[in-house]
Amino acid sequence: MASEAAPEGAPAKRANGPALTAQQVVLAADAPLRLDSGATLGPITVAYTTQGRLNADKSNAILICHALTGDQFVSGPHPTTGKPGWWDTMIGPGRPLDPDRYFLICSNILGGCLGTTGPKDINPATGKPWGLDFPVITIGDMVNVQRLLVDHLGIDQLFCVIGGSMGGMQVLDWAVRYPERVFSAMPIASAARTSAQNIAHHEVGRQAVMADPDWCGGRYLEQNKRPHRGLAVARMGAHITYLSESALTRKFGRSLQAREQVTYGFDADFQVESYLRHQGITFVDRFDANSYLYITRATDYFDLAQEHGGVLAHAFRNTPVRFGVVSFTSDWMFPTLESRDLVKALNAVGANVAFVEVETDQGHDSFLMDIADYHRIVHGFLQGAADHRGLKKS
Amino acid sequence: MTGTSSGRPAPLVGRAETGSGRIRVDLQLIADLVPVGSRVLDVGCGDGALLHYLTKHKDVDARGIEISRDRVAACLNQGLSVIQGDAEMDLADYPDDAFDCVVLSQTLQAVHDPKWMLEQLLRIGRLAVVSITNAGYWKNRVTFMVEGREPFAVHRDETWYDTAYIHPCTIRDFVDLTTEMDTRIERCFALNPHGAYREINPRSHWANLTAVQAVFLLS
Repeated sequence: MASEAAPEGAPAKRANGPALTAQQVVLAADAPLRLDSGATLGPITVAYTTQGRLNADKSNAILICHALTGDQFVSGPHPTTGKPGWWDTMIGPGRPLDPDRYFLICSNILGGCLGTTGPKDINPATGKPWGLDFPVITIGDMVNVQRLLVDHLGIDQLFCVIGGSMGGMQVLDWAVRYPERVFSAMPIASAARTSAQNIAHHEVGRQAVMADPDWCGGRYLEQNKRPHRGLAVARMGAHITYLSESALTRKFGRSLQAREQVTYGFDADFQVESYLRHQGITFVDRFDANSYLYITRATDYFDLAQEHGGVLAHAFRNTPVRFGVVSFTSDWMFPTLESRDLVKALNAVGANVAFVEVETDQGHDSFLMDIADYHRIVHGFLQGAADHRGLKKS
Repeated sequence: MTGTSSGRPAPLVGRAETGSGRIRVDLQLIADLVPVGSRVLDVGCGDGALLHYLTKHKDVDARGIEISRDRVAACLNQGLSVIQGDAEMDLADYPDDAFDCVVLSQTLQAVHDPKWMLEQLLRIGRLAVVSITNAGYWKNRVTFMVEGREPFAVHRDETWYDTAYIHPCTIRDFVDLTTEMDTRIERCFALNPHGAYREINPRSHWANLTAVQAVFLLS
């Protein structure tokens, strides 16, 4: 499905400008990729989308890194859900990510389940789905696969690598691993390492998946089962961390779901319960349970400081990259403090960094929202970077 | 300087003009003191008027720190590398000699520990450009003597209890502090209420009486 072009003629298309083109490519075919774990993997299929046109000197490419459960369908109607892409409001003519000016690339991450090699694909050694035989991956491994894609596209230097949440971790990893290949980097609602609290949330989600008898020790595909209940519970728990107490109160309060009074039972009496159940149920249709395990694990392992002698600033020494860091006041999953730690480290090495905390009550998911202040800031940062890079205006 | 129509001293924070290539006279003076092509940190950079000017006209690698979210957003919208932060805490995170020049414009008297701030500026930058509002200006003295009122807030259309101007000082006070800190005043300029400026002897009593603002280049 990922290799088909996005549906054409949809009404949302003009708002997002030139249509999204979806493709797949097989990479690491000649030499397998060495993973951080020491294992090797290859060939690797990568599903990606592009939007806009790469300019003559290939200087206008922006790599968009998606978050934990995101995918490469950043804008326009999603081919499986029919809903607008996760960054639909950010992308389009006159919007911060303007495909009339930039060449936008987004690939499904390694370990994902929408076209890029992951645990639900067939292990060539056994002819069966990988399941838990898939090697454990890291954010760095995801970035290395993206780098193979960028090589394949013939792009030496990305104008910008941008992404929110776990996408922001990929952004930072790019900037640290390949500083010469990144002109500017915009980690949004993110951090240079995963906090104990987030590892804890991830662990609850994984345990929920693994506690579902239909998970079958990870081999559910061969048994033609799906651990839907466990994955839905994992999603419900995670979804709470994406919101904020005030947003939940504002949206739902203690309102009851289509009833006048509580039922003295365990049905979804409250609207917030009904909402969460809906989030859980719709998620399992589009996401693979083992992918969820692998990707949350990759996030847990992310710690840029640890890889540089425990000092985050060392990761950025002499970096030529222009950084634009954004956080949100009500984000308790990736609180502003973590962005500040990142900014401190960047300042300590004299890096070029802009930072702003956007005021909103929408929690971690703010990075997906159409918030005017936030979009203006992304637009301004990219505009400034484009001026410095000498990109022509569209 | 951009006095109000009544000729009163400029507000401690906030900048009058942006974008059009013209900047406030005191900012212009500061800009003239910044070496071409240098690395500059503007502490309390407001909406980025000075940084914008320095980037455009002096080929400066310009950075800023500003506490107000809205002003930081305004800076980012101009493509400036500005971080939202509290200089009174965050300057400690910058390494020694990180910048050629650090600018503190009309902010020193609003911080809780001006001496610490000045030490930080000179630790982070090889040069520091600092502008202050001169509490020794004769109108302040007259207001105090004749009206018997706290003059600095009065002349800023503020009240003594909510002014940001918590550490008023005169040119002479400031010069004494630099002496105490073993800081060298490379150059010193006085601005009169009509926006004209001239280089002065920092110990000049006349300047301390007639200047509404002073700009110091320190090393």
